[in-house]
This record gives sequence, C-alpha cells and structure tokens, in this order.
Amino acid sequence: MNILVCVKRVPDTAENEIEINSAGNDIERDDLVYSVNEWDNYAVEEAIQLRDKLGGSVTVATVGDEDSEEVLRREMAMGADNGILLTDDAFNGSDGKGIARILKGLVAKENFDLILTGAQADEGSAQVGGMLAAMLDYPYASLVNAIEVIDDSKLKVGREIEGGNQEMNEIELPCVLSIQTGINEPRYVGIRGIRKVASVEIPEYSASDLGLSEGDVGESAAKVKRVDYFVSEMGEGAEILEGDTEEVAAKLAEMLKAKGGIK
Amino acid sequence: MSQIFAYIDHHGGQAADSALELLTAAKKIDSSAQVTAVVCGSGSELDQVCTQMAKHYAQVWKVDKADLSYPNAELLRGYLANVLPAEGILLAAHGTLSMDLLPGLSVKLDSAYVADVVDFEGLEGSTLKTIRQEFGGQAHAHVHCDVGQGAVITVRPGVFPPDESASASGEVVDKSAEAGEVQAKRKYLEVVAAEMGDVDITKEDILVSIGRGIGDEENIDEAKELAEVMGGVVSCSRPVVDAKWMEKSRQVGTSGQTVKPKVYLAMGISGSFQHMGGVKGNPFIVAVNNNPKAPIFQVADVGVVADMLEFMPELKEKVEELK
Repeated sequence: MNILVCVKRVPDTAENEIEINSAGNDIERDDLVYSVNEWDNYAVEEAIQLRDKLGGSVTVATVGDEDSEEVLRREMAMGADNGILLTDDAFNGSDGKGIARILKGLVAKENFDLILTGAQADEGSAQVGGMLAAMLDYPYASLVNAIEVIDDSKLKVGREIEGGNQEMNEIELPCVLSIQTGINEPRYVGIRGIRKVASVEIPEYSASDLGLSEGDVGESAAKVKRVDYFVSEMGEGAEILEGDTEEVAAKLAEMLKAKGGIK
Repeated sequence: MSQIFAYIDHHGGQAADSALELLTAAKKIDSSAQVTAVVCGSGSELDQVCTQMAKHYAQVWKVDKADLSYPNAELLRGYLANVLPAEGILLAAHGTLSMDLLPGLSVKLDSAYVADVVDFEGLEGSTLKTIRQEFGGQAHAHVHCDVGQGAVITVRPGVFPPDESASASGEVVDKSAEAGEVQAKRKYLEVVAAEMGDVDITKEDILVSIGRGIGDEENIDEAKELAEVMGGVVSCSRPVVDAKWMEKSRQVGTSGQTVKPKVYLAMGISGSFQHMGGVKGNPFIVAVNNNPKAPIFQVADVGVVADMLEFMPELKEKVEELK
C-alpha cells in the first residue's frame, strides 16, 4: 500500500507562550520552538505500521518553505520512505482550499492508495483532509482512531465521536483519513535517526510542477484571509494568586475549603 | 439580505443544544437575514425535530431519506449539495459531524469555508468579518471571509446564547425529492459505546484534573494523593489518555466525559475548548499552569502560575493542615 501523509510545521504550543508582536498583526515568531504538528506524528506512525504489515511505501509531504524540510526529515527518521517539499512563493497566503489544491496536484502526479492527515493543526480548522477528499472524489473519514485492513479495496475505520464513543465505518480505497491523537504510540526519534536521513535528497515541487496557476492558490485565490492576531478580553479571567509557593498554596487551600473542595 | 441556513444536528428525535445557538449566530451575521433550518434524517424522529425547529425558524427544510437514520457524512454531503443554493451561507456547530461533513461540502458548493468561529463582527458588502482562535486558544485572529459565492461556516458550541424566543411559526418544506439519490463509498456500521472505568468521574463533586503538565506517568500518584486528601478523584485531559497513562473513562472533554463537579482543580491543563466543553454546572475552577498565556486562565475563577509538579505537594500539605 502506497501511503501519503500530509504534515505541517507548526509552533509547538506545549512549549511556547504565544504572544502578539509589537505591531499587533502577527504572533511573535522570533523565539518560537517549531515542531511537527502533533496529530501528524500519529498519522505517520499509523502509515509506517500499515506499510510494515502490507508492504508498499510511506511518503510525507508538506507545503512550506525550506524551514519545513526539518519536519520532513524528522518523519523520515521515524521511518517514512520519501519526503516531498511543496514550495513556491505563489503558495503564500493560501487558505485551506489553496493548500488542498496543492496537495491534489501532488496526488495527481503520484500514485497513492491511502492519504492521511492529522485531524487538525495549529489553526484548529480541521479542514484540509476533507477538502482534498472532495476535490479527488475520494471517500473521507475524520477523527480516525482505529484502522483495520479488510482487503485490498477497503478498510474498517473507527471515528472518535462525542462522549468517547466510537463510530465504525467501512471505507473504500483510495480514501482520505484524518487521524486523531491516541490512535497509536508514535515512536521516539533519536539524534542518530535524524543524522541518518540528514543528507537524503528531498525533491521540491513548485506550482508549475503541480499544474497549478495563480487563480488556484495563494492570496489572490483565497476567499478566507487572516487579517491579524490580537489579544482578546474574552472572559473576565482568573484571579491570579501572588506570593511564594507556600503562601499561594495556603491561600488556595482556604479557598478550596470555602468552596467545598475539601471533604 | 442574506440567505442563511442552519444545519440542525439531532439525536433520538431531539435537536442538539447548538440548534438555537445557530439562530443567534445567524442574526449576528445579518439581523435582517431570512434563516432556514435544514434538518436531515429519516422517519418520525426527523418529523419531531422539524416540528420543534418550526417554532424557532421561519422556514424548515426537511430531507427525509431511509439511509439517513444515522448521519453518514458521505451521504449527507451529497444530499446537501443537491439541495442548498451555492450562494447561501450555511451555519453549523463545530463538532465531530461537521468536521466530517463540511470541508468537503464547501468544495462541492464551491463556497468559502471557515471553521470554529467564536464571534462575528458583521457583514460589509460580501466580506464577513469573523473571529477565531488559533494555537490551542492562545491567540485570537480576525479572519475575513468572502461570502459572495456562498460560505460554509461552523461556530463553536456554547459561545452564542441560544435564541429561545420561539416566535416563529415556520413552515416545514419537504426537500427530499430535490435531494435526489446519493451513493457513498463509506458505509456506517455501528457506534461502539465508551467503556466505563473503575471510577465514574461524572458523579464526583471534587475533581483534581491533570494534563500534559504531569510530565510523566510516575507523577500521577502524587495527584492521586492530593485528590484523596481533598476527598475527590483524579480526572485528566486528552494528552494523558493519549499517552496511555490513564483510562479513557477518566478523560474530561467533548470527546470524553461531561462532568459537573462543585470544584474543578485543573493542573497542567491548557484548557482547550474541547476540554472545557466537558466541564458543566458552573463549578469553582482553579487553574495551575506554568504558561500564563494558557487559555484556562480565561475561564478559571482562580489561577496559580506555577509548575504543577512543584505546586502539588505544597498544596497537599496545606490541605492536610486545614482538615
């Protein structure tokens, strides 16, 4: 089975305090730690496990600039066979549909039986996988937390739905699945693994390589545009307890007692 | 005047809580808009939901199909694409069904797509000004959407107050024939219910809830000890379950359990809306997190900016002194 996994380089929200820059139009990016989108790691792990069982190959692709190469190498160190960087100035400012069109261009060039994405990334839209599937006329399932191979032509997939319940479906190949965290335990990638793939060549495809024109991608094609980032006054905000750890703990214990938090 | 449609999610003959929130959201986009509820399903349960919705929406479009007794997104998308005018605005609640159904529908309708909107700042010409959150709720963004060729927009559940005025006596229009015939390459099989664990966190008054900040499995014992002296139990957020450190039945959130404690002590939890969506009943919320930008501090009553691992033993000691 030849599997494509679409990945993205994102600011690591578990490692960063996201701040708005002084101009107030973007987040402060200077000291940000970037990593591969958490959901994508689970998608790559799932792809590797399927390949190891069934044969075939795992290709990881991303839309981005040269900095995005590092996430491709990281996923190749996990065990993906190939990395492809989709890069062109014309891609800048693409909305979700633009990104899906770029990926569609790649799928048209190569032959994949299964396409995986993370369920969502830093923008939290959970949109690209579903759009790509619709553009390809492939069936789609989102929030997938279990995959079982039935035969060459279909999979049984579980979707995580509300309340911790799982919706089981049978889906025909080729298809697009968005992968939920927790579906597996992504393997650890050590420095040695990264070094091993450090000099592997990563092909780059531009808009023209993918048969895309200006009306398809980039800012001019985008119907959805982020104007700026800002600090919201949403909610009143918590009363922050100040003092050294012992004082704060003592204050909080009193509050908990008053609110019935100590039985 | 915009033509706005609200996709009504429903279960067991009951419309989801978001059904009337969508009406408020639609009016916020355009107070003069004509808003139509779109209800898909089959049989008497569907009719029940349509009758309910006609009290609130001036018009209700019904799509009755035998194969929609369960909302298979692959079928729904085809039916909706046949029924909805491309230039309209379709609103839905951001959730597991809409994530499955709507990005693809926006492609089929060739309209813009914006997910998980938390507020609207109005419509200027064909530009709809929306507000979204990014980076797990750590930053807000103004996002403008060109709705000139139609749009599919999902809104975050719980942020728009439900419009309960029930002032419409709307008519139900049967659109089943227009919806046509649809084939799907995905077949719905069954829903496997979540397993119940050793402890039912939905019945507890005091929850000590731990998130990514717990760092390592071996630190969970310390959280359990704190919970014990407080007289509560330990619950958790998604990363702790993903790491297989606690059972799924301990997870609070829209994809886990919905809890109604009196006191919710959230430690090392960033407070994504998916997590907070599982905390109901207006408890006293305490947040302990080393990231002062964590969205949990916006919804908590009291906050402590600290590493939970350093703070936990200290708090346990102080609680013991008070007992």
